[in-house]
Amino acid sequence: MIRDITLGQYYPGDSAVHRLDARTKIIATLLYIIELFVVNNFWGFLIAAAALFAVIAVSRVPLKFIFRGLTAVFLIIAFTFVLNLFMVEGRVLWHWKFLTITYEGVHRAFFMAVRLVLLIIGSSVMTLTTKPVELTDGLEKLLKPFSKIGLPSHEIALMMTIALRFIPTLMEETDKIIKAQQARGADFESGNLLQRAKSLIPILVPLFVSSFRIAQDLALAMEARCYRGGGGRTRMNEIKFRRGDAVAAVLMVLFLAVIIASRFITL
Amino acid sequence: MSIEVRDLNYIYNAGMPGETVALRDVSFDVCDGETLGIIGHTGSGKSTLLQHLNGLIKPASGEIIVNGQCITDGKTKMTEVRRKVGLVFQYPEYQLFEETVAKDVAFGPKNLGMEEEEIEEKVRNAVGLVGLDYEEIKDMSPFELSGGMKRRVAIAGVIAMGPEILILDEPTAGLDPSAHRDILAMGRRIHDEMGIILIFVSHNMADIAMLSDKVIVMSEGTIALSGTPKEVFSQRERLEVMGLALPPAREITELIKSKAPAFKSDAITIDEAAEDIKTYLEEARG
Ligand SMILES: Nc1ncnc2c1ncn2[C@@H]1O[C@H](COP(=O)(O)OP(=O)(O)OP(=O)(O)O)[C@@H](O)[C@H]1O
Ligand SMILES: [Mg+2]
Repeated sequence: MIRDITLGQYYPGDSAVHRLDARTKIIATLLYIIELFVVNNFWGFLIAAAALFAVIAVSRVPLKFIFRGLTAVFLIIAFTFVLNLFMVEGRVLWHWKFLTITYEGVHRAFFMAVRLVLLIIGSSVMTLTTKPVELTDGLEKLLKPFSKIGLPSHEIALMMTIALRFIPTLMEETDKIIKAQQARGADFESGNLLQRAKSLIPILVPLFVSSFRIAQDLALAMEARCYRGGGGRTRMNEIKFRRGDAVAAVLMVLFLAVIIASRFITL
Repeated sequence: MSIEVRDLNYIYNAGMPGETVALRDVSFDVCDGETLGIIGHTGSGKSTLLQHLNGLIKPASGEIIVNGQCITDGKTKMTEVRRKVGLVFQYPEYQLFEETVAKDVAFGPKNLGMEEEEIEEKVRNAVGLVGLDYEEIKDMSPFELSGGMKRRVAIAGVIAMGPEILILDEPTAGLDPSAHRDILAMGRRIHDEMGIILIFVSHNMADIAMLSDKVIVMSEGTIALSGTPKEVFSQRERLEVMGLALPPAREITELIKSKAPAFKSDAITIDEAAEDIKTYLEEARG
């Protein structure tokens, strides 16, 4: 259901991965995503996947949780797979009317699907092991240098904090509204596409009204506590790099070297 | 008409972090024309229980029998259950969505597939029953009404479906005293005129004492106490342990009893208390 979306969800824990500085995890994740596109053969993907699952094992987040995030984007993955399968030109493997599957297409489709899966799992590992507040704090710190050229780093981070903070609230609200309309006999499951789209109105209108109410309440509450933007604000919990982060940095460099080397494996 | 609940169990997020046992072996029954009041600390599982009663939540185990028909066996059609059992959520005013009050109240009956004329009549009746003037507000936008009126429109939306059992989750929460009184009077009127079973949750002990024939007290997902309001409200210590209190009328008579041992009273409403005090004073004067 609606609660299956793990994006931006935190899995409480106290593993080495949880304890890493959020900045380290953000950089590591970005790097990992880039590396996924550096990889160009089977062995590279095997190494990348093994590394990811090693991190998951250390984080002690149950696999069930990690894969739940995948189900939400399964359609996108399937779509890119099919698209790649039929659209790439090359040596013909199979042909039927206007459909052609090429050797290169199969290759590309599989690699792209694996890439996407690893990419999504990789980013969910980051969000699952980092509290949303730490994540946005880390992001704010990382973006700080860019504020010299006019990037509103504090505001961006605040917007993200608020958005992440309100994902569960809005889901709860949606759940409640759906149930309330179901209690009034609303049916969201049957009918054709148009009827189904129409049946969303009783959910969307109250949801919009609620969101505006929640946003207004929040703005008022922030103003009542004299919030005036980022200038001169200090934090209750300063984030700091620790030994674990140094270890992680070394591992990241090693991993990068291995991934680049993997491009030259020919077996 | 009756509703029977047998050994109901429910767990939120079973097998995941944040697992909460919301209901544990809950059993009770309500018969023809009775009013059941449910009280309990926040988070004791009251709303969860109510959502089971019209099939919005499927229990982990246990069964619910409405009019002799089991609704938890997976065979019953849910629209049938929702027609019989009307559930009004906490803060129902946030579910209004139509352009006009009349259309919004008609949403439920329409979903049940009623005829145009029948809908019109049901809507008119329901709006009247909740104490609003149909002609005056039928073309107004529900969003321009006051909070108390919005809530009544939302309740009318469920009454218009013609339920045999009406469930109200904290119908008076967050209302001013006059709106509070109106909603209570409305509850009583609906119950008397439609002869239906009324089940309601409230944190206001005076409301419970006044309206209900039976009371159940929820605590940590179980039924900790049940009985008539008088039976329940004579268990002061147990209620206090669960973070609950006596109705104000009972607080006062208890206080008088502690100062004047000759005073006898088991009153739970203000009227009863006044009567007992009068009797006591007359006897004292001789
Ligand atoms: N959608 C949900 N997901 C997870 N846990 C929930 C959900 N809804 C309720 N709970 C939990 O189940 C328990 C019972 O909640 P419930 O809403 O039934 O309590 P309640 O008695 O109605 O409280 P209140 O008086 O505040 O309305 C609580 O511990 C609550 O945190
Ligand atoms: Mg509740």
